[in-house]
Amino acid sequence: MDLKGYFREDGSAGIRNHLLVIPASVCAATVASRIAEQVEGAVYLPNQHGCAQIKPDLDICFRTLAGFGKNPNVGAVLVIGLGCESLKAEALAQDIAMSGKPVECLVIQRCGGTLAAQARGLRTARQLSEKISGQGKTHFEISELIIGLECGGSDTTSGIAANPVQGTVSDIHINNGGTSILSETTELIGAEHVLARRGISEKVGQDLLDIVNACEKRAMRMGVDLRGSQPTPGNIDGGLTTIEEKSLGCIYKAGSSHLQGVLEYAQTPTGKGLFMMDTPGQDIESITGMVAGGAQLVLFTTGRGTPTGCPVAPVIKLTGNPATYTTMEENIDLNAGNIILGDETIEECAERLYALVLEVCNGKFTKAESLKHREFGIYKLTSTF
Amino acid sequence: MKNNALVVHREDDVATVLENISEGQTVRFLLGGREYTLRSLCPVPFGHKIALRTIEEGHTVRKYGEDIGRSTEKIEKGYHVHIQNLESTRARGDREDAE
Repeated sequence: MDLKGYFREDGSAGIRNHLLVIPASVCAATVASRIAEQVEGAVYLPNQHGCAQIKPDLDICFRTLAGFGKNPNVGAVLVIGLGCESLKAEALAQDIAMSGKPVECLVIQRCGGTLAAQARGLRTARQLSEKISGQGKTHFEISELIIGLECGGSDTTSGIAANPVQGTVSDIHINNGGTSILSETTELIGAEHVLARRGISEKVGQDLLDIVNACEKRAMRMGVDLRGSQPTPGNIDGGLTTIEEKSLGCIYKAGSSHLQGVLEYAQTPTGKGLFMMDTPGQDIESITGMVAGGAQLVLFTTGRGTPTGCPVAPVIKLTGNPATYTTMEENIDLNAGNIILGDETIEECAERLYALVLEVCNGKFTKAESLKHREFGIYKLTSTF
Repeated sequence: MKNNALVVHREDDVATVLENISEGQTVRFLLGGREYTLRSLCPVPFGHKIALRTIEEGHTVRKYGEDIGRSTEKIEKGYHVHIQNLESTRARGDREDAE
């Protein structure tokens, strides 16, 4: 299949062409949302942070918002600031503008309040929307695609059917020169030794063990059993008993490719192939981190069924549980439920999923896109102050 | 008859059942190309685990050929293996010996 996408000045290729309205802080979020609502092709980020955060958290917030702005699926950006927040709107706009795409910025306190900022923002957003709408699609290579690998609402079918299918597709993609990002550090607890052996160097293996160890220590400092948070009550109903069992099923998402490196939350992969990003097991924050790191498309396996999407990247969902596909078909793109029934092999199902990936690259809506599921959440280390 | 359970790895202590299993029902699965059967001692819901052998209290339980936790009581062959008799050994901040 010939793939057509949107060429970006920095050499990347997008499979969507959104105008992204980014509030620099929670205080600018309402104005940003109202502007995006009224302009065709615009989406906004429901940012809950950006002020009164300690520096490591503020850095994560900045990197995430900047990463969304630079994501190849974004054609133009409008940054909205309040004016007095820690995360400076102008600095964010300048950082995104280094990608070469059109970026505008306005500050509510300088505009003179909500209504004046909205009026100015709407005029600017309309111009940006018109500008990017005229951009034609050109051929792009599948090797330019970064796929985010996610699972959520897992049950035991995830580890034996849907995750192996996703892992097979990730391996095919990497063999074709592409890049995949595995995520959810919490869901490596108990399986990290298996994945660490696949590191391209001793250092990469050790980096992986280090992030899992740090994650486990953070959980233990709370003085409680992780169970109830991980596995979740839904995981437990679905037959998953311990975090070790959940994790051993989760790592099938990453297929059998070698691990090229370990990334910080919202960091861009440093090369091609399989990378691990240090994100929490919470789906929305995990997807947000990978898309901020440049993933243009997300594969998402679910056992219990989940509606999750993303503001700028298509999220393709599949389930290995035939009953879940029947009850939640409107949210799930691909039924991998025939595997446990013995009616389809993992390889056959992976072929169907890969074909769907190519169709979605060429513009076909995922179910999360058609239902405007645009969940967004930034990972935080600690409280606000 | 179709198999109604799956063993992921030959060293596993548990099988995953692929339908709701009632007490006394025969569970069928493949292991190393051979078909085996097992009689369930209690109901086991779809997707949950059944013990392939008797597991003594305090033993490591294996699935995917790896350690998935420790038994908190003796688990008879054919019994449902879940949170009532299997616990995690990781991220246990609730334990007194936790750091």
